[in-house]
Amino acid sequence: MTQTAFAEIPPEVPLASHLEAAKSIEGRSPWQLALERLRHDRVAIASAVVIVLVALMAVVAPLVAMAVGHGPNTQYRDTGLSPGGIPVGPNSTFLLGTDELGRDVLVRIFYGARVSLLAGVVASGLAAMLGLVIGLMAGYFGRVVDTVLSRFLDVVLALPYLVFAIALIAVVGPSLGVSIGVIAFFSFASVGRIVRGQVLVMREKEFVEAARSLGANDLRILFVDILPNVLAPVIVYATLLIPLSIVFEATLSFLGVGVVPPTASWGGMLSDAINYYQVAWWFVVFPGLALLVTTLAFNLAGDSVRDAFDPRYARLFKAR
Amino acid sequence: MGRFLVRRITFAVVVIWVAVTIVFILYFVAPHDPARLIAGRQATAQTLADVRHRLGLDRPILDQYASFLWRLLHGDLGYSYVNSAPVTTIIGQDLPVSASLGLGAAVIWLLIGVSSGVLGAVRPRSLADRATTGFALFFYSMPTFLLGELLLLVLFFRLHLLGFDFFPGSGYVGITQSPYQWFVHLVLPWFTLALVLSATYTRLTRASMLDVLGEDYIRTARAKGIGEKRVIVRHGLRAALAPVVTQFGVDIGQLVGGVIVTETVFGLPGLGQQIISSISRQDLPVIIGLVVLASAFVVTASIVVDLFYAVLDPRVRLT
Repeated sequence: MTQTAFAEIPPEVPLASHLEAAKSIEGRSPWQLALERLRHDRVAIASAVVIVLVALMAVVAPLVAMAVGHGPNTQYRDTGLSPGGIPVGPNSTFLLGTDELGRDVLVRIFYGARVSLLAGVVASGLAAMLGLVIGLMAGYFGRVVDTVLSRFLDVVLALPYLVFAIALIAVVGPSLGVSIGVIAFFSFASVGRIVRGQVLVMREKEFVEAARSLGANDLRILFVDILPNVLAPVIVYATLLIPLSIVFEATLSFLGVGVVPPTASWGGMLSDAINYYQVAWWFVVFPGLALLVTTLAFNLAGDSVRDAFDPRYARLFKAR
Repeated sequence: MGRFLVRRITFAVVVIWVAVTIVFILYFVAPHDPARLIAGRQATAQTLADVRHRLGLDRPILDQYASFLWRLLHGDLGYSYVNSAPVTTIIGQDLPVSASLGLGAAVIWLLIGVSSGVLGAVRPRSLADRATTGFALFFYSMPTFLLGELLLLVLFFRLHLLGFDFFPGSGYVGITQSPYQWFVHLVLPWFTLALVLSATYTRLTRASMLDVLGEDYIRTARAKGIGEKRVIVRHGLRAALAPVVTQFGVDIGQLVGGVIVTETVFGLPGLGQQIISSISRQDLPVIIGLVVLASAFVVTASIVVDLFYAVLDPRVRLT
């Protein structure tokens, strides 16, 4: 985090290129540097494009449904199922085939993108915010506050999360909101730990002491002085949480405690598909592909964001 | 050492207590009536009252809670609402299935993860490194149930159509019944669980190994003329394993939950299936029993890992 200190040291031989380099380094915040690195990272750009496409899928889902003339939950028992009641494969009416109830797999994949994106982004965002607040408080106030909050984080981390998530949802009743809440609850503790560690370091820095001697109160020191300095790791971690949250949501839907049918979700589709994979491969392959490509893109993007904020991680598939 | 154990075991007991209490509160606050589920829809008020009395559900909640904790302390997890079998018996029946799945998978994911991580770290940016890193990212992004379904589709069903029945599609055979059938039935579930988890280990091992191989003492070891194999395994890997061991503790601890998905995909009658079915039947004693087991697993694994840590790295002192 020593941003501009080096730029002020004049190079021993003041070559033109050195001066130019010094000029270009000067005045750039770590954020600008990170953004700059991301802009030059081909993997980051490629995965961003995929993510934007998936987001577009979620947005235009109703348009696609209109274009092909199939509702996401409408059952086409005459055209979408064979006389024996078996799903029909990809054809000109159903581009990606149908499911066991004669619904259009293509349209449902588009609608399923909504669930996955919403769960992934909102749950990670919630987890990051909750972890940030708890970590800030534990790290800054120390003593009893720290002990209580840290033990709380320890207990949350020591719970068998999947068992708990299922038991919890079985009682409350499944819905997308509940899934998001549960995912956020079982993800925030690691963010909290990271933030707490960072705050412990920042709290002792000179600029915090300076702020205090100028008469700044705790709230100001926390949010104006410390928060911006712990934000980078939180953003990195939150980005890496998104694919995990997407998989978590899909797993809950797969186990029947996620999104409630007939609402289309990728996990739910793959759950139905398990009884039909022998007669309808498209029912496994297409939703599976959608899910896999999405999580892959988010993982690659997450790695890029991490490298951009912390270039010490030399990466394998480097763009430059 | 003694203080360490006392502190950690106290924490373990607290975690289990918290877990049990949360589940207990959840299922008593929730508007569910296990008696109605058991007695059926047409049950008269009298039958319902009888069932409630038999299950002890007519007693005050705190009273039920206290007697539950008291029995728990004596290793008694109570009886299933559904078939009146002791919960410990139910767990005892399902445990071998999950243990076969979990332990077998653990061996595979450790072998694959650590060896591919070392392979990548020893020759960074080589073809082998790129391949293992790519595979790791692929499986890291793969949901377990999806991999299971794909393996079923390709290795079970397509091969079956071609007339090769190497892998059965589902079911479980006890190792005492037929070791061969046991093995064959578990191959696909093992790899389903292991490949997804191994990705984390490849990434961890590679990163940790790269760090360690850059240390001065590795250069010293090489300068002394020690063979490269010995440098990598004895000097490098031993030090690089610390984060791997930590992760292994976490994953083993979470295994009771981790096997749920794989058991569901492959129809293995283990603890994971039991969790799903007992929750759908609102069989509270079984649910609590499984939560106790799962929590105990997590905390025990983390204590064992910390002990192992001290063995691995003599500088670590347990306090």
